Amino acid sequence: MRWLLLKDLTILRRSPLLVGLLVIYPIAISCLIGFALSRGPDKPAVAILNEVPASSNEIALGSERIDVSQYSTELYDAVDPVPVESRAEAEEKVRSGAVLAALIIPADITSKLQTGLSPATVEVLYNAEDPVKAAFVQDTIKAQVQDANLALTQALTGVALDYLDLIVSGGEFDLIGQTFDVLGLERSQEILEAISPRLSAADSAEVGEVIEFAGVAGDNLALADNALSSLSAPIRVETTVVEGGRTPLSSFAVAIAIAVSLMFVTLLLASGTLALEREENAYARLTRGLVAPSALLTEKVVLAAVCSLAVTLLMLVGLALFVGLEFGRAPMWIAALALAAAAFAAMGVALGALTRDVRAASLLAFMIALPIAFLALVPSGAVSPGLFGAITAVNALFPFGPTLDALDWALNGAPLALLTVAHLAALVAAYSVVGRVALRRFG
Amino acid sequence: MIDEGRSRPTVLEAHGLVKWFGPRAALDGVSIAAAPGERVAVIGPNGAGKTTLLSILAGIQRPDAGNVETGGQRVGWVPQQAALYGKLTVAENLRLFARLEGRDDVEQVVERMLDQAALGDRRDDPVAELSGGNRQRVNIAIGLLAEPRVLLLDEPSASLDPRQRERLWEFILALAERGTAVVYATHDLSEADRHANRVLVLADAELVFAGTPAELEQAVGGGLRDFETSFVSFLGQLGH
Repeated sequence: MRWLLLKDLTILRRSPLLVGLLVIYPIAISCLIGFALSRGPDKPAVAILNEVPASSNEIALGSERIDVSQYSTELYDAVDPVPVESRAEAEEKVRSGAVLAALIIPADITSKLQTGLSPATVEVLYNAEDPVKAAFVQDTIKAQVQDANLALTQALTGVALDYLDLIVSGGEFDLIGQTFDVLGLERSQEILEAISPRLSAADSAEVGEVIEFAGVAGDNLALADNALSSLSAPIRVETTVVEGGRTPLSSFAVAIAIAVSLMFVTLLLASGTLALEREENAYARLTRGLVAPSALLTEKVVLAAVCSLAVTLLMLVGLALFVGLEFGRAPMWIAALALAAAAFAAMGVALGALTRDVRAASLLAFMIALPIAFLALVPSGAVSPGLFGAITAVNALFPFGPTLDALDWALNGAPLALLTVAHLAALVAAYSVVGRVALRRFG
Repeated sequence: MIDEGRSRPTVLEAHGLVKWFGPRAALDGVSIAAAPGERVAVIGPNGAGKTTLLSILAGIQRPDAGNVETGGQRVGWVPQQAALYGKLTVAENLRLFARLEGRDDVEQVVERMLDQAALGDRRDDPVAELSGGNRQRVNIAIGLLAEPRVLLLDEPSASLDPRQRERLWEFILALAERGTAVVYATHDLSEADRHANRVLVLADAELVFAGTPAELEQAVGGGLRDFETSFVSFLGQLGH
């Protein structure tokens, strides 16, 4: 096997395009993913047409004045605002693609907020020629309008709560430059209770009803504080993980990138090098007493697994420059990569044994690899239970799913089930048998 | 018809070889023998079973019936299409197969084969850059690495130009002169006529003639224009 390994390494070394791809591919992929994970998405350019006059930016609530314009920053923070002067200019910028969307804030927005007779409305213009872009714009604007709504609601609730407190507890109140002293329900109750004993029995009974009303009103308005506070954020979300680990999306993305790269490099190498033996007509000569077919399969598995292990380790080192990977877990990286590479390599030789030339083997490997990666990433609940069961059964036949679990353990410390290791080991054995049978059938 | 061979002792004997591919017989009771230094041509129409016979003699396929005896010696086999690694040099190909053959004297045997194949000056050239004739010589040299007493060649000169063919046959005839039995399948009847001591004619999976080229010509009455005409006439007489 040693001489065959040396032979294959020599052939690889003399295939500059292939070696170049094997070296450049992991570097390029790790750089792309690294940049994507370490830098947040750029803010989309959005044209802003603010038709509200500067003098009308405030709404008055009794003695309080709220500057609505300060809440528009909630919208501006998430986008790259491009001021425009007219609706026509906004439309032109959206059509030309200079901006992703245009946000039009109408002149009557503050008066509508002030009166509350009809809802205040902002208008969004966007180009829907690209469905992905359209969905992105809708989601971004919607989320930011919700944030602005929430901030404004909290401000209005704050003013309302101050007034409620004034009615219940009393205090000073400024209106049109004048200061008024508000007695408040509590103090009214105290005063009435103080004079009640000096009144006649009939008057005292009537005043008693007023005292009781002041007490009940004070108590209930105090409770309204909580109700109004809840109104500004009626539903809060609290999450509990009941299944799976707590791997952040960025770390899981690294595991996916490594798994995909490992899959492609290993499958293509294993299937290609075995198919090459037949393409060069050497298979019959080799297996005519010089090398046992099982030894030839083992050699291809070792070659593909070692090469892809080296390539993906290089990728991980590259990614570690961008995302926080623990180098202390490197032995786990190697263990997970080696086991997964062996499973993919066994699958690769099975594919290589079914084909007679390198191009057919590569095409077959590529055509199978893409769907299995896609299927392994379909989350439960995203499709019907029956279909998900079928997908799970199909996934069990391929190494991508368990590879992802093993890499999540190696990279992110997610729990590793013994079943995952057994699954990968079983796939190595099963695909080796398939490869051996295919060689006997098609060799 | 049984090929008894012309000289003894033999280095290769096969008896009653039968091979079926599904319902079709590829070989039906074919027997063959070859002596040291003998040159045996296997000829016949397409689908007659020539390649199947050589594959069974080489041990690549197993017969459904019959047996092959080589006295425990390895048989050299040269497939129709060169079984070489194009990205390796001539010397590297020879070295690899010499190691896989378990030779202890790898470098010496490689030098000897380069010398025999007259490819010493091309030793460091990648095989992919060689002409068809030179590639076939490397192909044959690899078949000789184990120093077999019998060399089996399947259409050795197919796809070679006349000059390359002539140089190749010089190489093969020199091997036979050194005592190697050469059994070759060919479509080129002039190669059978010029280079074989004996020809075996296969038709519809059966061995229908075994003898010298002159004996084949006599079998159809002689006096025909050439060996090819005699061969076609012979097959015609048998209804093929």
